Amino acid sequence: MSFPWAKEYTPSTPLMVWLDEKLPLPRLIHGAVGGGYEVPRNINYMWNFGFLAGLCLVIQIITGVVLAMHYAADASVAFNSTEHIMRDVNWGWLMRYAHANGASAFFVVIYLHIFRGFYFGSYKAPREMIWLLGVVIFLLMMATAFMGYVLPWGQMSFWGAQVITGLFGAIPLVGEPIQQWLLGGFAPDNATLNRFFSLHFLLPFVTLGVVILHIWALHIPGSSNPTGVEVKSESDTLPFFPYFVAKDGWTIGLFLLIYSAFVFMMPNALGHPDNYIPANPMQTPAHIVPEWYFWPFYAILRAFTVDLLFIPAKLMGVLAMFAAILMWFFLPWLDRSPVRSATYRPLYRKFFWFGLIPAMLVLFWCGGAPAAEPYVMLSQIASIYYFAHFLIILPIVSSIERPDPLPFSITEAVLGKDDAALLAPPAAKL
Amino acid sequence: MIRILSILAGAFFSLALLVSLGTGVYTFATEPAAETAEHAFHELPKKLHLASDGLFGHFDRQQLQRGFKVYQEVCAACHSIKHVAFRDLAALGYSPAEIKAVAAKATIAAPDPLTGEVKDRPGLAADKFPPVTYAGQGVPPDLSLIAKARGNGGPYVYSLLTGYAAQPSDLVKRFPDSKTPSGLHYNPYFANLNLAMAAPLTGEGQVTYSDGTKATVDQMSQDVAAFLVWTAEPTLEKRLQTGWVVLGFLLFATVLGYFAYRNVWAGQKGH
Repeated sequence: MSFPWAKEYTPSTPLMVWLDEKLPLPRLIHGAVGGGYEVPRNINYMWNFGFLAGLCLVIQIITGVVLAMHYAADASVAFNSTEHIMRDVNWGWLMRYAHANGASAFFVVIYLHIFRGFYFGSYKAPREMIWLLGVVIFLLMMATAFMGYVLPWGQMSFWGAQVITGLFGAIPLVGEPIQQWLLGGFAPDNATLNRFFSLHFLLPFVTLGVVILHIWALHIPGSSNPTGVEVKSESDTLPFFPYFVAKDGWTIGLFLLIYSAFVFMMPNALGHPDNYIPANPMQTPAHIVPEWYFWPFYAILRAFTVDLLFIPAKLMGVLAMFAAILMWFFLPWLDRSPVRSATYRPLYRKFFWFGLIPAMLVLFWCGGAPAAEPYVMLSQIASIYYFAHFLIILPIVSSIERPDPLPFSITEAVLGKDDAALLAPPAAKL
Repeated sequence: MIRILSILAGAFFSLALLVSLGTGVYTFATEPAAETAEHAFHELPKKLHLASDGLFGHFDRQQLQRGFKVYQEVCAACHSIKHVAFRDLAALGYSPAEIKAVAAKATIAAPDPLTGEVKDRPGLAADKFPPVTYAGQGVPPDLSLIAKARGNGGPYVYSLLTGYAAQPSDLVKRFPDSKTPSGLHYNPYFANLNLAMAAPLTGEGQVTYSDGTKATVDQMSQDVAAFLVWTAEPTLEKRLQTGWVVLGFLLFATVLGYFAYRNVWAGQKGH
């Protein structure tokens, strides 16, 4: 689907006419990321992260496939093969650092992409399906990243696998069999490493498939925009090519600059030194911490310290950790405000900036800290807010809030006036 | 309906967390966490400047050769560097003949090409440094990656080697249970303060440097730290150099891209 004023694809040479009849791939590209896709002209730089996330996925797949050519998924040699890549494979160090830091870059981009959605209400009708698919992508990414971190078979790899699969052990009755089934044994070992490698190779392509659905679903209603007002007329939009190709293009450069600074100048800044120690089942590291992008959810997991009636604290933590993400699936129906953008929602905006963002930052900080006071208390307070924000505050705020007046159209928001609107019959103004 | 369920779920999680928080606050207020000897006496690594530090880091080959000598004559008695190959020593400025000579001194267990039997033979440049058998108790760690496996690795190695001391009497007074056990050695730079390795570098001139540098304990410790930074990441120099070229190109491309973007959008914003 697209707006009626979107430019139709017209093949200009006999070859392209022929191709268009047999396989209209150029037509698809034209409509998806070319001159035929009309985009709200007022989208700001927060709308660049979708494109960048796609770039990250491509970087991860390319570097990952190359790494897989040199890596050996066997518990006895996995660590050594990683070092072989670092030392003896031509540009192997670049591939591995690009891949490890690429995971971090991917999560930075995806967190910004998600929080863009929270602020501007991108999850609301008619874009619920895009949002749901996005949450699926996020879950796939987390699973992929977790299994990828196990592959070098360092201390954190091993103990991370132990702790995370141990979470399933908290489920009553079936927990332990599930944990053993996931690990292929009673503790992480060769069977675990092999299946994680297999799945780590598979899941990015599953993710790619869901990304295609995500983009497809996006092209039905078109992109949202900072006003949250839907596109009304031709003057509200600009074609993706050349306008947004140029805009995304130069921010790709900016992204690659920051990413390369990490890859080349501080490649281990986001990693943990312990993962350069080969996995040792007999020696538990002093602090087992996951990679930084899991910290908020790890903090929520550890925030539950007291058994509640018949529910053990660990099980509560596991439930809460999964709920912390799964509840995002219900967001389009929890937030009933007809106004999408927080720009016109004074009350919600306050909760976003002074509630959700600080809570998230505290959770990030505490998740990476040792499980001691005051970090546990802080993560408990932040977790309370986190759950309250989505499950209690959002449904209530959206029914009591009085939104600010919305601009009539995107054009009016950008130019201050909308000639098309003046010409339209008065009834249409409502 | 979904909103009522949501509020109930939110209340459930918040309540459970409040109980945890309350219990935590009560415990925190009534039973302050006991201080440990590690917490009170562990020290962060001393400052050490190496040529390989920073964004323009490079290897000081002279120092790496000195460090390699310390490793060979002292550390190698117990510690292996199994990820490093003899051929890698070319990066330290050794000639092929020198490398072959170093390798030939090592004994490598490898299959005999004629019989297939595993036999000892002199090392070749293509071999990695062989494993070291240690007769004492415990397993001395392989040192190839030690500088990356510890936070602030170079300074850590230097501090550990120069940090041996008698256990402070204050420590024993405050934490009587934390007295250094016999057979272990007190070192405030080690994570749990006591390690099995005795001070390996003890006297001036333990190693004779061929470049005339005075082999003080401090100097030897610095040199071997520099050497272990190299073994942990022999590609460091190439990485930084490549990095500057990549960043330079990206900066140029980004600026170009920005002006292209401004050009495409000229007259379109309408503000």
